[in-house]
Amino acid sequence: MLARIGVDTLEELFSAVPAGLRSRAELKLPPALDERALLRFFSAHAAENASVQSTASFLGGGAYHHFIPAAVDALSSRGEFMTAYTPYQAEISQGTLQMIFEFQTLVCQLTGLEVANASLYDGASAVSEAALMAARVTKRHKVAVSAGLHPHWREVLRTYSEGVGLELETLPLDPSGRTRLDSIPKGCAALVVQSPNFLGCIEDLGAAARAAHAQEALAIAACAEALSLALLKSPGEQGCDIACGDAQSFGLPLSFGGPYAGFLAAREKFVRQLPGRLIGESVDAAGERAFVMTLTTREQHIRRENATSNICTNQGLCALRVTIWLALLGRRGIRRLAEINVASAAYARRALARAGLTLPFSAPVFNEFVVEAKDLERRLARCRAQGLQPGVPLLRLAPEHENRLLVCATEMNTRAQIDALARELGA
Amino acid sequence: MTAPGRSGLVFREPLLFESSRPGRAGVPIDDPDVPLVDVARELGAEAIRDDVPDFPELGELDVVRHFTRLSQWNYGIDSGFFPLGSCTMKYNPKVNELVARLPGLAGVHPLSDEADLQGVLALACELEAALAEICGLDRVTLQPAAGAQGEFVGVRMIQAYHRARGDTARTKVLIPDTAHGTNPASAALNGLEVVPVKSGSDGVVHPEALARLCDAQTAALMITNPNTLGIFETHVEKLAEVVHAAGALVYLDGANMNALLGVAKPGHMGVDVMHFNLHKTFSTPHGGGGPGSGPVAVKNALAPFLPTPVIRREGDRYRLDDEFPHSIGRVHAWYGNAGIWLRALAYIRTLGAAGLCDVTSRATLNANYVLESLRDVYDAPHAQRVMHECVLTDRRQNEFGVTTSDIAKRLMDYGYHPPTIYFPLVVSGALMIEPTECESQETLDGFIETMRTIAHEARTEPGLVTGAPTRPIVRRLDEVRAARKPRLRWKRES
Repeated sequence: MLARIGVDTLEELFSAVPAGLRSRAELKLPPALDERALLRFFSAHAAENASVQSTASFLGGGAYHHFIPAAVDALSSRGEFMTAYTPYQAEISQGTLQMIFEFQTLVCQLTGLEVANASLYDGASAVSEAALMAARVTKRHKVAVSAGLHPHWREVLRTYSEGVGLELETLPLDPSGRTRLDSIPKGCAALVVQSPNFLGCIEDLGAAARAAHAQEALAIAACAEALSLALLKSPGEQGCDIACGDAQSFGLPLSFGGPYAGFLAAREKFVRQLPGRLIGESVDAAGERAFVMTLTTREQHIRRENATSNICTNQGLCALRVTIWLALLGRRGIRRLAEINVASAAYARRALARAGLTLPFSAPVFNEFVVEAKDLERRLARCRAQGLQPGVPLLRLAPEHENRLLVCATEMNTRAQIDALARELGA
Repeated sequence: MTAPGRSGLVFREPLLFESSRPGRAGVPIDDPDVPLVDVARELGAEAIRDDVPDFPELGELDVVRHFTRLSQWNYGIDSGFFPLGSCTMKYNPKVNELVARLPGLAGVHPLSDEADLQGVLALACELEAALAEICGLDRVTLQPAAGAQGEFVGVRMIQAYHRARGDTARTKVLIPDTAHGTNPASAALNGLEVVPVKSGSDGVVHPEALARLCDAQTAALMITNPNTLGIFETHVEKLAEVVHAAGALVYLDGANMNALLGVAKPGHMGVDVMHFNLHKTFSTPHGGGGPGSGPVAVKNALAPFLPTPVIRREGDRYRLDDEFPHSIGRVHAWYGNAGIWLRALAYIRTLGAAGLCDVTSRATLNANYVLESLRDVYDAPHAQRVMHECVLTDRRQNEFGVTTSDIAKRLMDYGYHPPTIYFPLVVSGALMIEPTECESQETLDGFIETMRTIAHEARTEPGLVTGAPTRPIVRRLDEVRAARKPRLRWKRES
C-alpha cells in the first residue's frame, strides 16, 4: 500500500503536519483493556451507582422510569438501523426514512397537531427551538414562560434566547399549582406552558391558548411526561399552536439523562419555520411509494447561516425506540399504561397524606406530585437507608421549595414500595 | 474481484397504520396491584381525551417483522463499506453496546442523590481527562448532545470571554469556505455575522488572506483541521497568530479528529476551543441520524464560561457543580447523551494510547491508498497527499453526461454506500471519500475496482450509470414532488 502511495514509511504520510506540531510523546492514557477487562472496569463503576433496578425509585422530574418491552432492545439493536447514517441517500435508507415518517405521524396523533419533525436533542432543546420558531413566525422578541416549566429546560431556553436576543418573562403559579394566565405581557411571540408542569399539576392548556391568542401570541405546550399525552386532551385539541417535549417515557432508558428524544409538532402553516429534519412521502422513478428528506432548504447544510436551526445530527436511534415502543403498546396499551400511572400516583398521594405529609398543591396530577414535611432531610435519609430513592428534593432545583419533595409513581412501582415510602417518609 | 452487491429477497412492508387491526395489542399489560381509579373523576372529565384516533394496533410479531423488514432496506456499517467523507463511519464495537446497557448505568436517574451517582460521575471525569489529553486543551464538558450543539456552546463561550474583558464590539466570525454548514449556522444562532474566508488554490487557508479580514470586530476563526478536503491546514500556527494578534480566538471543528489522534494536538496549534464528535472519531453509533455527542474542550482562560453544571472531583468524591457565575448557562436538560459518551470511553479504554495512534495511521494510509488508486480515472482537485479522507470529482465523467450523483447511485448497485457528494462546496461535483482505519486492503481493493468499473461504464455505457440504482428496494426518488406538496405524515384516506 505504501508503494502505491509512493512513500516508504507511515511516518511520511504525515509530512504535511509541521514538525513542530508533531506529538513526540505517546498520549498519557490508561492501558488498553480487552473485552473481559473492559466489562469488569465498567461493571465496577456501575456498581457504585444506585439504579432503578437496585432501588425502589420514586424519581421523576423530567426523566421517568417506565416499562420497556424486550422487543424494543432487540429491534433497535439491529446493525442496519444502529450503524446507518442520516438518510441522505434515500434509496438505501428507506428503513430509517419510513420509520421517521411513522414517528412524525405518531407525534402528530399524540399532540393533535398537523406536522412534526424527525426529533431534537431533548425536551430542553425542543422547547428552546419552539420559542425561537415562534419568534421567527411572529417577528416578536419576548416570550412569556410559565414558572411551571422544568427549571433545567428554562435554563436551556435562557441560554438559547440570549444567543439571538430573545427576552423571557416569567408567569407565576397560582396557589393550586397552575400557571396564572391573567397577566401575560403585551407583544409576546409566545406563551410557554408545560403540562403536567414541573410540580406534576395538569395545566388548562385551553385557557393558556386563549390567553396567548388574545395577545396574538402563539401557544406553546411543553410536555416532559409524554405518556400523559395518551390520556389528557391533546395540545392541538386545546388550541395550542406548537407542542414540544421529551419522548423519553416511550422506551428510552434513564441512562443518567441521555440520550432521550426531543419532539416538536406544529400547525401545518408553520412548516417552513420548523427546525430539524423532515421526512416526506414521494414516489421513485418506477412510481412506487418511497420516503425522502424534504424541505431541506430550511437546513444548515443548504442554507448555512440562514438556516432555521444549526441542528444536523438529531436523535434518530431514540426516535426508532420510541416508534417501536408505541407500536408495541398500541392504541389501547398506551391508554391503559397512562391510567395505571394515574392510579399509582393517586394511591401514593393518598398514602403519603395519610402518613401525615402535606400536599401543598390541589390541582389534579398525572403521575407525580409534591409533598411537604418539616425536617425533610432526616426523612429522606431514612428512606435511602431502606433502599428507596424517595423522590426529588425540590430545594435542589428551586430555592422557593424548602422542605418539598417531588414524588413520582409509575406502573413500575408496586403497592408494597409505595407503602414502604409512606412508612419511611411519614415516620 | 466481485462486488458484494446483488439482489436478495426483500419484503414489502406497509406503514404501521396500514397494518393496524382493531383490538390487536403487542404486549399485555396486567392490572396493577394498586386499585384502578376512574380517571375522569380523578382528573376531571374535561381534561381527558376520548382516544388517539388511528393509533396503531398490532401484535408483537407484526411489530417485530415490521421493523426487521424496514431494517433490511437500510445500509449500515455492519452491512458493508461506508466511505462517507467527514462522517467517519468506522466500526461500532458491539461490546460498547453491552457497556451502555449495564443496569448500573442505563438505570441511573439523572436526579439521583450525588452519593448514588459516584460511579457514573467518575467515568465522566475519566473521559473528560482523556479527551483533554488527546486534544491538548485544559477542560472538557460532555454536555453538548451533538457536534452542532458543541459549536453553539463553543462560540457562546468565546462571546462570554470577550464580554468579560469588556470587549463588546466583536460581532463577526471568520469561516473558511470549506467549512461544514453547521459552522455558519451555529455562529448565526449566537447572533454573530459570518464572514467567509476563501481558501487558496492549494486547498488551505493562507495567513495573508485571513489577515485582510481579521480585525477588532472579529470574535473568532472557526476552522476545521484537517479541512474537509482532507488536507492539513499547514499554516495553522500562523493563522492562530493572526487571529490572536487581533484579540480574537480560534475555534476548531473537531469533525476530522480521526486524522490527529496521537499525531498532533489542537491545543499546540493555537486552538482555544474545540468540539469533538464522539459519533465520528470515537465509534459511537450514528443511529440513522443520531444520537450524537459533542463534548467541548477549552483552554483554562475559557473555563469560567463552561456550561453549567461541571463535574468536580474533591478527594475521592465527585459532585455536579452549578454555582459558577460566568457560565454561559445550561445547554442540555441533564449532562449530555451519557449513554453515548460512555460508549466513547469504552472505545478509548479498549484502544489505549498506542491503539488510538494506530487508528490515525491506518485511516491516513487507507485514504491515500484510495486516492492514489483512483487519481488516473477521476479528477483530483489537489495534488498533495491527504490525511484521513480525499476528494475526487466527476469532471472527466461530465463529458459523457455522467455526474457525481450518478456515480453515487451506481455504487449502490455494486453494494457500496456512496461517498459524501457535492461537499465541500468549493469543489464542483465533489466525491469525498473517508475509508476509515477499519477496512482491510481487500475491501479497499474491491471498492477501487468498482470505482474504476464505473468510470469505464461512464465512458462506454453511460446509461448504466445514469439509470442507477436498480438493486435497492426503490429507484431514484422524486424529491421535487416531495417538496412541492409535502406529505409529512400518514392520514386515513377519507
